[in-house]
Amino acid sequence: MSAKKSPVFVQRRTYRRRRVADGARLLPVFGGILFLIPLLWGGEPAGPEAAPEGGRTAWVMTYLFVVWFGLAVLSGVLARFLVAEDEGNEEDGES
Amino acid sequence: MVTLNVLVLVCLLYVAFLFAVAFGADRAALVGRGTWLRSPIVYTLSLSIYCTAWTFYGAVGFAARSGLEFVTIYLGPTLVMIGWWWTLRKMVRVGRSQRITSIADLISSRYGKSNTLAVFVTLVAVIGLTPYIALQLQSVTLSFATFAEADPFTDAPPSQQSTAFWVAAGLAVFTILFGTRNLDANERHHGVVMAIALEAVVKLFALLAVGVFVVWGLAGGVDEILTRIDASPIARWEVPGSRWVGLTLLSAAAFMCLPRMFQVMVVESEDEDHLRMAAWAFPTYLMLMSLFVVPIAVMGLELMPEGANPDLFVLTLPLMNGQEGLAILSFLGGFSSATSMVIVAAIALSTMVSNHIVMPIWLWSTGGGAMVSGDVRSVALLARRLSIAVILFLGYCYFRLSGGGTALAAIGLISFVGVAQFLPALMGGLFWRGATRSGALAGLSVGFVLWLYCLFLPSFGASEIMPYSVMQNGPFGIGWLRPQALFGADAMDPVIHAVMWSLLLNTCTFLGVSLLTLPKPIERLQGAQFVNVFQHSQTPGSWSGGLARSEDLMIMSQRIMGASEAQAMFSREARKQGIAGYLPEPTPDFLQTLERELSGSVGAATAHAMISQIVGRATVSVEDLMAVADETAQIMEYSSKLEAKTEEQARTARQLREANEKLTLISVQKDAFLSQISHELRTPMTSIRAFSEILRDSDGLSEADHSKYASIILEEATRLTRLLDDLLDLSVLENGQVVLNSQTGELSDMLDRAISAAGVQDRLRIHRRREAEKIMLHTDLDRLAQVFINLISNAGKYCDAPDPALTIRPQAENGNLVVDFIDNGPGIPTDQQAMIFEKFSRIGQTKAGGAGLGLAICREIMGRLGGDITYLPGQEGAAFRVVLPLRDGTLAQAAQ
Repeated sequence: MSAKKSPVFVQRRTYRRRRVADGARLLPVFGGILFLIPLLWGGEPAGPEAAPEGGRTAWVMTYLFVVWFGLAVLSGVLARFLVAEDEGNEEDGES
Repeated sequence: MVTLNVLVLVCLLYVAFLFAVAFGADRAALVGRGTWLRSPIVYTLSLSIYCTAWTFYGAVGFAARSGLEFVTIYLGPTLVMIGWWWTLRKMVRVGRSQRITSIADLISSRYGKSNTLAVFVTLVAVIGLTPYIALQLQSVTLSFATFAEADPFTDAPPSQQSTAFWVAAGLAVFTILFGTRNLDANERHHGVVMAIALEAVVKLFALLAVGVFVVWGLAGGVDEILTRIDASPIARWEVPGSRWVGLTLLSAAAFMCLPRMFQVMVVESEDEDHLRMAAWAFPTYLMLMSLFVVPIAVMGLELMPEGANPDLFVLTLPLMNGQEGLAILSFLGGFSSATSMVIVAAIALSTMVSNHIVMPIWLWSTGGGAMVSGDVRSVALLARRLSIAVILFLGYCYFRLSGGGTALAAIGLISFVGVAQFLPALMGGLFWRGATRSGALAGLSVGFVLWLYCLFLPSFGASEIMPYSVMQNGPFGIGWLRPQALFGADAMDPVIHAVMWSLLLNTCTFLGVSLLTLPKPIERLQGAQFVNVFQHSQTPGSWSGGLARSEDLMIMSQRIMGASEAQAMFSREARKQGIAGYLPEPTPDFLQTLERELSGSVGAATAHAMISQIVGRATVSVEDLMAVADETAQIMEYSSKLEAKTEEQARTARQLREANEKLTLISVQKDAFLSQISHELRTPMTSIRAFSEILRDSDGLSEADHSKYASIILEEATRLTRLLDDLLDLSVLENGQVVLNSQTGELSDMLDRAISAAGVQDRLRIHRRREAEKIMLHTDLDRLAQVFINLISNAGKYCDAPDPALTIRPQAENGNLVVDFIDNGPGIPTDQQAMIFEKFSRIGQTKAGGAGLGLAICREIMGRLGGDITYLPGQEGAAFRVVLPLRDGTLAQAAQ
């Protein structure tokens, strides 16, 4: 991969395309972190009625489904703009 | 009340409907209609076999027992799916470019087409998925039992065992019917995919319907249900972090490694671009499937009596509230989930078992020869059908053994951990060039053994296979080897414990052994092709082609792909190389293509082994090694260009040499012919002259002698005329001055005429199939008959088998009439096959004194009629194929 010299400056469109691909690669990491956040809320409650907002199943459920839906939408948007460009170059660009 | 009989009837109607859908889709795919079969939406829906009965019933049970934890099973696949650009795209691309048929095939192919690895992966998959299939049987059985209990008319509900048995048998029949109809080179099953796409819609609709009924019908709205969740036993969010993370990772791993997911995601994939839609649509599907799980669980816990099975809330809630239509819909949803999973899993596993275990054993036990005659496709199909039956039977046995008592979610997780053991080898193979076969094998073994020891065997309960003492104190009293508390980790959840140790040690062994061992060249080559699949999808050839082996290859391919497919492929490849006929040069490119085609039917490892049996050892060329070593692009390009040129020159030189040989041969034969023809002309001339002299000079001839001599003269003159006629005929045909008169007639009449005119009935048995000969022809029938007579009388003359027989096999194909004439004689040697249609050519020392013009005339005639005549190699004897277009108007064009 290192053998082929890729230009330092590429056209704006190519540049955009590569960043979209980067975004697509980051999306699962981002999603994974969002899904981990509820773990922070499960702290020891002071009492049964003093449970913080985050400690309720109903609240976590709402959060998870909203994030889930958001990820699906984001993934759909990215998928629309992802273009399988000349793969060799693309792989070079990121390495 | 819904009676059990009504339920069975609904079930049967539903299955019949699925049959119709699958059949229609197969039909549509066969005739090439049905682009809708290949739409991304169908692909996305087919992915939903991830949601099995475990989702449909088990998720609610899971939620009722441990709250939101169930959702991890769907979060993992969601993350994998939205990260498709990274992993799934690569898997699908590799799968398509290497013609992968299963996950075992992918792993074996990556690690140097190793069959050992394929066998191992297959065994792990079969053992790992048996509980999962049992789970589906159990859920269908339980749902039946629920209806049976509610049915006032049934005194003695059918036993669970018998229900499970009939469900397993029914599924086996469906799978065999649609999963093994043909040995498709692409391993695609349009009918099955269509049916499971439909089932995906049914189960989603059913679960949503139950959810809507529970939220708005029972609870009274969204706010109400949220309040009730707060009041329920699962109101608190208290999922342990290790289980939350561990189960999410586990489900993500299983999503990629499950053989059935691999089947729909990679093998059945028509187009890489379909992932684009699946990337958002499949997470949405999963989200919708999980949306109402917690509300249903909460309402079930609240309304159902104490001790009711939470796995069945989806069914029992509507049933208890008198919503029978909804209950039946829900039952169908669960039924769909179970059946679609079992069908695809059985197809995927049976492909693996037949390709990697049965076929190699069968080929080896029948003498190991790739050259044995006979069709192996029937064997492969039979192997698949038997494997399907065996796999379902195993599932049924597990169901009996485990007693059907364990909660659904627990059984499913056991399977997940089993197949997740493929993950290190799979991901390492796709992303790391340094992964080796030994590493993969060692890692898999360690993972598999730990899974068996820590999770699978304990799942049967403490007493049966693993004694109680071992569970409590470890084997031989060694405490730190206790199956559920390895190395003293005794505070852990058993599943997470098994996941952690098996995957951790699996990965470490895999990495460690890979670092220490050296891969073979073919492993490195395959590794480079997998890891860098996006750079060079077109793979460099790795076969060093031998000579004059094309015919052997063809014989072998006919057995695996079927005669007509193999012939079509060979002639297509030959045309690509610019050669007429059926035998292409065995170039590396051609061998590569052939290997791919074959691996679609029998798997990569077997295909590779079979070809190397004929061609000899596969060599890794300089070009391949360069690719592996990843040398600089210029050198690579230069060397490959050089090599391509050298190869091309060698090929050209060979072709020139062949042409030269042909010319020399023709010239020799022409000389021979001239002497022959002078001889042929002289002999009758001499006798004509001698006998006319006798007639003229002798006076005292008797009347009998007189007429005898005269008839000898006549006979010899006729012979001369015939010879001259043939020559004249040929020159007329060659110069294109021939006039064709089109007539209409039936093929069978023509053949009757030709056979009686050839006059060979008494020394040649002729096999015909009258029903296939009912084909009307519009062409110059007299000329065509001339061709037939020639071929039949040739068989009569040259076939020297003890019991000579000629098979005439007509068929209509793509608007052409194809008639094969196959005798059981010694055939024509390969080096002579190119010559037989030349003028004056005769095979060997001819005993029947023809002038060698017959086949040349036949070829000219067929050319004029717009058709062709070729020698068909790879049959039992000499075989000629006559091809004639059936369309009207060809004659007119050809005559011009």
